[in-house]
Parts: sequence; structure tokens; C-alpha cells
Amino acid sequence: MPTTMRINGKAFQSSSAPNARLLDVLRNECDLKGTKEGCGEGECGACAVLVNGKLVNSCLIPLGQMEQAEITTVEGLPEDSALARAFVQCGATQCGICTPGMMLAATALLAEHANPTLEEIRWGLSGNLCRCTGYGRIYAAIAQAAGGSADV
Amino acid sequence: MSEWTRPRHLPEALELLAAAPGQYRVISGGTDLMVESHLAPERHPEFWLDISGLRELQGLQITEEGIRIGAATSLEVIRRHAEVVTHWPMLAASAAVTGAPPIQNRATLGGNVCNASPAADNAPVLLAYGARLEIAHHHGSRWLPYMDFHQGYRKTALQAGELLSALWIPYPPKHSRGYFRKVGTRAAQAIAKVSIAALIEEDSGGMIQGARFGMASVAATPCTLPSVSQYLLGRALRDIADAQVRQRVGQDIAPIQDIRSTTAYRLEIASRLVLEAIHGRSESKKED
Amino acid sequence: MSLTIINQRRDQQVVGPARVDGFAKISGAALYVDDLPAVDALHGTTVRTAGAGGTLQEIVFDPAINWSEFVVVTAQDIPGINAIKLLENDQPVLVERTFRHAGEAVVLLAHADPEKLRIALKGISLVELPNPSPIFDIDDALQARQEIIPGNIYADYLLERGDVAAGEYLADVVIDERFLTPSQEQLYIEPQGMLAHLQEDGSILMEGSLQCPYYVLDALVQCLGMDKDHLRVVQSTTGGAFGGKEDYPSVIACHAALLALKAGGRPVKLIYERGEDLRVTPKRHPSRTLIRLGANKAGELQFIDMDFAIDGGAYRTLSPVVLSRGVIHAPGPYKCPHIRIKGRAVATNHPPFGAFRGFGAPQSILAMEVAMDRLAKKLGMDPVELRKKNLLCTGDLSPTGDVVGKDCFAHAVLDAALEHTHYQQRREEYNAWNAAGHPTRRGIGLATFAHGAGFTGNGELHLASRVSLQALANGHVEILCSNTEMGQGAATTLVQIAAAALGLPMDSVHLAQTDTSRVPNSGPTVASRTCMVVGGLIQKAAGQLLQRLRETMDLAESYDAQSFAAACAGLYAAGDALVTAHYYPPADMLWDEQTFFGRAYASYAWAAYVAEVEVDMITLETHVIDFTAVQEIGKAVHPVIVQGQIEGGVAQGIGYALYEDVLWNERGVMANDRLTNYIIPTSADLGFIHVVLLEGGLGAGPKGAKGVGELPMDGPAPAIVNAIQQALNIDIRQIPVRPEMLLELTVSGGN
Repeated sequence: MPTTMRINGKAFQSSSAPNARLLDVLRNECDLKGTKEGCGEGECGACAVLVNGKLVNSCLIPLGQMEQAEITTVEGLPEDSALARAFVQCGATQCGICTPGMMLAATALLAEHANPTLEEIRWGLSGNLCRCTGYGRIYAAIAQAAGGSADV
Repeated sequence: MSEWTRPRHLPEALELLAAAPGQYRVISGGTDLMVESHLAPERHPEFWLDISGLRELQGLQITEEGIRIGAATSLEVIRRHAEVVTHWPMLAASAAVTGAPPIQNRATLGGNVCNASPAADNAPVLLAYGARLEIAHHHGSRWLPYMDFHQGYRKTALQAGELLSALWIPYPPKHSRGYFRKVGTRAAQAIAKVSIAALIEEDSGGMIQGARFGMASVAATPCTLPSVSQYLLGRALRDIADAQVRQRVGQDIAPIQDIRSTTAYRLEIASRLVLEAIHGRSESKKED
Repeated sequence: MSLTIINQRRDQQVVGPARVDGFAKISGAALYVDDLPAVDALHGTTVRTAGAGGTLQEIVFDPAINWSEFVVVTAQDIPGINAIKLLENDQPVLVERTFRHAGEAVVLLAHADPEKLRIALKGISLVELPNPSPIFDIDDALQARQEIIPGNIYADYLLERGDVAAGEYLADVVIDERFLTPSQEQLYIEPQGMLAHLQEDGSILMEGSLQCPYYVLDALVQCLGMDKDHLRVVQSTTGGAFGGKEDYPSVIACHAALLALKAGGRPVKLIYERGEDLRVTPKRHPSRTLIRLGANKAGELQFIDMDFAIDGGAYRTLSPVVLSRGVIHAPGPYKCPHIRIKGRAVATNHPPFGAFRGFGAPQSILAMEVAMDRLAKKLGMDPVELRKKNLLCTGDLSPTGDVVGKDCFAHAVLDAALEHTHYQQRREEYNAWNAAGHPTRRGIGLATFAHGAGFTGNGELHLASRVSLQALANGHVEILCSNTEMGQGAATTLVQIAAAALGLPMDSVHLAQTDTSRVPNSGPTVASRTCMVVGGLIQKAAGQLLQRLRETMDLAESYDAQSFAAACAGLYAAGDALVTAHYYPPADMLWDEQTFFGRAYASYAWAAYVAEVEVDMITLETHVIDFTAVQEIGKAVHPVIVQGQIEGGVAQGIGYALYEDVLWNERGVMANDRLTNYIIPTSADLGFIHVVLLEGGLGAGPKGAKGVGELPMDGPAPAIVNAIQQALNIDIRQIPVRPEMLLELTVSGGN
């Protein structure tokens, strides 16, 4: 039985097996290559997406549970936003492979805390590994996007 | 190709389980099983039973004696739940240190228990609070104290056809204090090297009326510390000999050396944490 | 998370322009190798040896599988030489008979269906006669009871100045120590991979995640026996490298190309999963250092005597070069009359170790800097005082016998670090804290060090790098070089340098995609040479272009974008719009590779790093509360990129010091081959990282810039170890400093 969901606001139907990983459906069926595979075991967060507004690792989600779900990938985020500009300006992206997941983690964080403290930012990103930045520039970008000082 | 069934109601799920006992791999949040099925695809089960759609297994209800938590309730819902934060703060804390936010958004309390890892993050707290399990079967439910659930390395008391439907946690006694600490490989996304929860009840004279411990990563299963508890019972704090406690900790746990830590470290840190829990030096927890 | 630039001029940019690759990366549009469109692609996989060396006797194919469905490649299918081109042709592309470590490639398979591939992988069994006594330990290798290669030594170097015996005579206090450092995984978040296409004309297009396209090209030429003109290597967006994608992409590219040759024109994707990447790709060399330091009562160093050995693994790969770096940087930024550094890279049955940020220096610097604190302790002297007495000044002789010039900031970085961290005050506060019976102990520790930028000595001369600028008809300019963006910000920095040199806005300058069919060889993207050496060449090429525009197109001395565009259009129409700059070494670069004597680098960058730690006395977990990295980098071309490089490197260094440990199974394969068990810091683990930049302006690069990227890996581990030693009053001889080790030290040490 096909699974029907909404991906980045558009209806999508997948006929992959219900135990297929959402990650593979997004990348291979929807050609949404912004969702990356870094480890395949839910450790790195490179495959993070929002499901019904919640940050999740798409490598750990069986397609069968996505019936009627609202899924947001990096491609579904606004092209120009305070967050996007801050990420570029503050140097929050280096190699960029963790960046889509980080953008989604930051989006989820800001939805919950409009003005997050440094501790909240740290906690909100703790499921997304970055090997390039040491996270400092990412904190700065999120703080700036929230309207605060980038000098966190 | 495996078959995937996602029933809508508990009776339907139980009927399926009863009809093909032992055939189904039950999946909910998937944070353990999806890893396993990716890393070891040859162990793919033939039949998946997806219980994430069962409303009966979702949510928390306050009762006279305590709280009932549906087995498929996510750790994120649990750690934010106001009653949990107020009355069972150790549970809120253990849920908050399970993996990281994207894991907590998916992982369920029942799944953490049924996956039966010796390092299960929420097991110590459930043991310390004296949780009971509500186990459903096509023919009716049964109750099991959680401390009787783990029967060996990754072996549980669940029988074929049974499904963990809820966890019941009583209110902690009035004059009790809790202590919880997870010592992991790092601050988030960590597997416990040692973790502990304790609930200690003292009377007005400072006599210990009850002491329940739960630990993880120190034996083949999450475990209690029966001889430590027994030693403490009826003693005043000032009469407790640390050496006696250490000796009993040694009797109660059987830590191993593995990829994450050493036997010596686990044994010593377990003793230190038990003593810290007893002496109530909880202020010594790191500020962050 | 602060950035301070000391002596900052008012007009100076403190932020820098937006990264040129920024929007593509944050929108998810940037294509990494696994994202590249590949119609009808086959997936590749690799069958590997199980034993830690031995002889391959037979490859057995399960007759129940229809192998004609698969592309199957073995050593017999290699048209060229069966060796990965590096320093020596010792490492086979595919094992034919003998092998040296577990995980060597024997058979390559490709199929359109990954599921079938997975099953087929199990249908191939290798009959191996295993090596009965593999070597995994450096000292076992040196004893050479079994030999992998003669004497088990890939390289044996000696840096010697003065006479250590004479130094011993003059020393009042001597310390004698042994240090161990583990392997460390680069852990770029994008696993390695290549995509190979056999073109209709028989040529091969190779796209992938890589640092050094010309290394890959050379490896393909040798393995395929094909002409350079029939091979094209294109870098896809690369998701981190840190040295880890310097040599190994050549291996994957050879494998992917061999499959593509037999795949009937279908592209072949060979992408590693994380576990495979962790098990087989090269990591930082483990090391063992014996070190003796002697000083007189006043604390002046009299001798440095070091026996530095690194585990090279089963093939030579880059180990001699890594060793040389380790040896040159071993004596630190100190003046000392008598120095002997013996360095050896040994053969073991581990998979080969390779490049990782710091490249041999983090290992020897750890030994030197922790030994300096040990010496200070024995002298009863503050570690700062000991360093102040011995740090190099202009006019001193460097450890390699070169006279230190004006570009020396060893004291300046230390002074800035002390001031910025309130070092003395902190130290007293922490002593008071520790005496007050808190459940934690606190400490502050430092490391002073320098790191040479670019290739060592004559290395740059051998590279003979070339960079071209192409003027376009619309007045834009394209940079053609082989240096790669892998996250470090090279694309932005190089465009910025070119734009500044040409007086153009940044959006008029483009960096051409790294494609060997288009770009000249400007050398590998390693050793923090890109900004300094390649940036310098870009400046030079810009000068040549302007000169040509002025001479042939009458471009005025001062010009606007319009007149520049007009001149470019003219040049373009005349077909003369390409200029190329060649590297020439500075006149005073005299370096003797045999004796390690002379001027090892065109520029050294200087640093003083300070770590402040807190150790939980119950669990013995260490937390780095505050970290201050003071670094003299000549000139910060792009301060935010520099800050990001340093913060990120420090985070890797904190991992090296406290968490990261490659564990080995009995066959010498990484045992913790999952991200859940190889522990790198998360955002919840790291404290504050403060970056303080000094700009001396005397580096060999544009506006005096120097390399930045290696130093952040050199300093954190010794600074953290020194801080923990101070906090707990113990002696540490090994990293990572895990709680398990601290328990042993504090219990047995009777602390």
C-alpha cells in the first residue's frame, strides 16, 4: 500500500516498502539531495528533517509511519530568511555536509525558543555533529537570527 | 521483503500477536530497531508490527497512586510533562539525557525498556521509582514489577503474544529524595558507562526507611542493588560505613570491560555514586 | 566564543565577505559525490582481506550466484601497474597474492541493485593463509623479530645540533619521560566516495570527494596505464577532509575506474558507508616518544633528546613526510644549544596511517610541551617562567640551525595569552578552589608552539605550482587552480585575494571548478599552503594580468569596472586572456633534507594556547571550561573564516585530548567503527573557545598572511594535559585523558 505524505508542502505518494528509510525515499524518490547520510545510525544528524514540526533523523524513520505526515527538508525552508543570512554571514557553514541538518535543528530550536540562551542552543544542536566549526559560528548564527548579538 | 502491519487499535494488535506468537518484530519509535536493521540487514524480520498508531499506548494519565505512561509515549513528551517534572523529576532528567533531541522526539519509554539494553537510559529511574509494567495479551493484561522484567542479557519477561502497553509509576514517598546521574561517553548522544538512580526515604529522625536503587551498564541487565538497600534499611546516615556500602555494591553489580569503559572504573564509580546518593551530596553535581 | 584581533587597524575588515559557497550549502543545493546525478549508475562494493596480513590462496565464488549479472574486477583486470601511486609503489590496488593488513581490497563488484550487491558480497570467500604473528605495536616493530619490510622502518631521520652529551654535562635538572598518543580519525561527516564514468571516446571522468585532484590523476594514469589526456578528475563538493582525503581518494578512484572499464559505459558509484570508511581509510599516526630534557638551575634548556616513533601501518604511503613534520616541530619554539631528535616511521600490520591536520606535529609537540611542564615542576618553576626563559627571539638560532628573523612572535603570543586569560590570577583562584574541598578540581595549562606553513624546505620547489587567471569577455575573471574547497574557506579566501589584487568586487571573480582538464597543477591542498602559497601566486598572476591589460589594451593606472571590462573584452577577443604565474622559492630558502639543517619553512605561525579545565572528583570526567587560542597568523585575510578554522581545529584538539581513541581488534581493524563508539565532541561537550589573533604582517603570503589550519590541532592536547596535571597534581603520559585513566592515576598514585 503506498504511503501518502506531504513533503515541503506538496503531496507525495511513495510505493517503497514500509520499512524503507525515509532518508532513502527523500533522496532517491523525491530527489531531495539536501538530506545527507553521515552515519546511518542516528548519531550525526546529517539526515535530520522535520516531521510534523519535530526534529528527527530520517535514517531512523520507517516510511510506514509517515502516512499523512508533514515533512520538511532543507529544500522546504525559505530561501532567504534571517537564519539563512546569518548562517552565511557568521561562517556557520564550512564543508556544509552537516549544514542542512543544522538548519533544521536551528529552525526547530527557534520555533520553540524565539530567543534561545546559549545553553538552549547547545542543547538544541546536540544531536547534530559538526566536525569543521567547533559549533561556535553556528551558535553565533542562531543568536543573530534570533535578533541577538552574534558574539555569543 | 518483509511485511509491515500498522494496526489502529490495541485489540487488533494483540490479536495479530496471538495469532502468530513470536513472529512479529514490534516497532515504535524505531531509534534502536532501524539502526539494527540497517547495520545487520540479514537479521531483517519477516513481519513488522508497528505500534506507533495505537492510541491506547500514547500519553500520560495521572491516577491516585501515581502516573500511567503509555508504552509508546515519546521521551520528549515525557520530559516536558508538567506532572512528571514536578513529581518524578528523575524521569524527566533521564528522558532528557537519552540520546539528543532528534532521538527523544522519536524514542519511546516502552521501547527503551523492551530493547533491554544493559545501558538503557531510563531503566535506573524506573527501578528506583518502583515502576510496574502493564503487559497486554489477547486474553487479558497482567502486571509485573519492573524489577522482575529483565531476566538476562537482552532477555525480558515478555511472553510470546504479549505487548508492553503501559508503565505505572507510584508517587514517591513524602520524605524521600532522589538522585540521578548518567555518566556517559560524552554529554549528549552518549551511551552510559555507568548510570544510577536512587530514591531514599528518611524519617524525621534521619533513619532510612527505604532505599531503592537502579543502575545501568554495570551488569548484564539494568539492575537494583538489593544488598545495599537491605544494609541501609533502619540505619541512620551517620551510622553508615562507606566500606560496607562499597562491599555491597560489589556484590550487587557485575560490570564488564567493553569498548566504552573498564570494569575497574565502573565498579569504583558505581560505589562513589551510590555513596553520593546516600549522603545526599547532590549539590556536588556539575553546575552545567 | 569571542574573536579578538590585536593591533587591529580602524579600516580593517573584522567580518569579511560572505562565503562564496555559503548559499549553495545552506540551501542543500551543493552537490556532494553521493548527490551527483548518475543515470543508470551501478553501485560498487569491495571484498576485503580478513587477516592481518598473509597470503591470498584462492577467491571462491559461490556457484549459486549468477556472476554474469555483476561487474567483477580482480587484480588480473588491472591494465596498468598494480600499485597506488604515492612515494613508493608498495601498496597494491587489488591484492594478488600477499597482503599486509586486514581490509585490503581483493575483489570489486558492481550491480545496479544495492540489495543484490549485499548478498553477492557474501557469496565471495577468500581463502587466506594468515600471517601468524602480526605486529601492532611500535616497539615490537622496532625490535623487528618479524619483518614486514627490512627492519620494519619506512623512514629514519635525525635532526641533530650541538652535542647532547655536552648538554647533559651542563644540565642541573633532567627529566626523562615516555609519551603515547593514539590514532585519531578525521571524521569528516561526508564519507569518502567516487563516481566514475567511462566516456564514449574511452576516456574516464572521475568525480568525487577529494583534496588533491592531481594525486588522483597520477594514480589513475599509473593504474590504468592510460594517458593523462584520457583522464579527467573533477572535485565534487567535499564534506570535510582534514587530511583524510589526501591520499585515499586515489585508492577509491582506481577501484571505481576499474569497475567502470568493465561496466559497459554505465557510471559506477563507489561510496563508502561510515563503518567501511572508519575501518579502512587512513587516520592519524599513533606515536611513542621517549624524551629527555635538561636545564640549568636558572631554567635555561641545555639539551633536548627525543626518540620519536610513529606507526606508519602496513604501507609506506605518506609516513616519511608525516615523520619529517613531526621531527622538525619536535623541539618547539625554543632555543637550545644541544638537540637530538631521532625519528622513525615503522611498519606494522595496521591499515596505513595518513594525513590529518597537524601532520606529525601534534604528536611530537604533545611530548615536548608536557615535558616542559614536567621540567618546570622539577625545577620548582612556573611553567610560564620556564617558557619565557627559552622561547625564541629574533636573532636566535632555531632548532634547525637557521637564524630567526624578524617574523618571530613566540614571546608576543605568550604575553597576549597571559594577559587575555588573566593567567596568574586564574591560577591562584584555581589553587584556592582546589584547596577548599570542592567536589571538582580546576586547573589552567598552556602550550607554546609554532608551525611551519606550506611544504617543508624544497618541497614547494619540487611542486612547481602554477596558477592561471582567465579574463572573460564580460570583465569577470576566473581563477584556475587545483586547490580545493573542502570546508576550510579556500574558495572564498582565494576569490577575495584575487578581487583585492585586481581591484574588483568579489562577484566579478570566480573560482573555476577543480577539474584537471581545465586547471593547472597548483599543488595539493594540504599543509596550510593554500592561502599563503597559492594566494601569493594568485596575486602574482593578477599583477601579470593587469600588466598585460595595461600594455596591450591601454588600461589606465586607475580604472573602474567598466574600463576594466572593456579591456578584458579586448584581450579576450585577441585570444590572449590567460595568464599563468609560476612558483619561485624565496632566495633565502636553504634547506638540507638529509641533515634537517637550514630554513625549513618560508614562514612559521606562532601560538600560545591556554586551557582551563574542571575535573569531577567523583567520575573523573574532565570538562574544558574555557579555551583561549592566541595565534600569530601574519594577516587575517578573512577573520571569520580564520576564527572558524581555529575554533573547529581546537574542537578536534579537545577531542584528541579527552575523547577520541581508535580501538583495535585482534586483527588490527578499528573496533569502535561506529559513530556511537568513536566519540567526538557534541555541542553539549564544548565550553567557550576564545580566539585571539596577532597580525605580524610578515608571512610569505598576501599582505603577510601565513597558514592557519594546522596549529589549532597542535596546541589543545598539551595545554589540556598540563591543565589536568595541575588540577590533580599527577603526571600524565598518554592521551586521550579518559576518566578511566585518571582513575588509575589517582588511585595508584595515592593522590
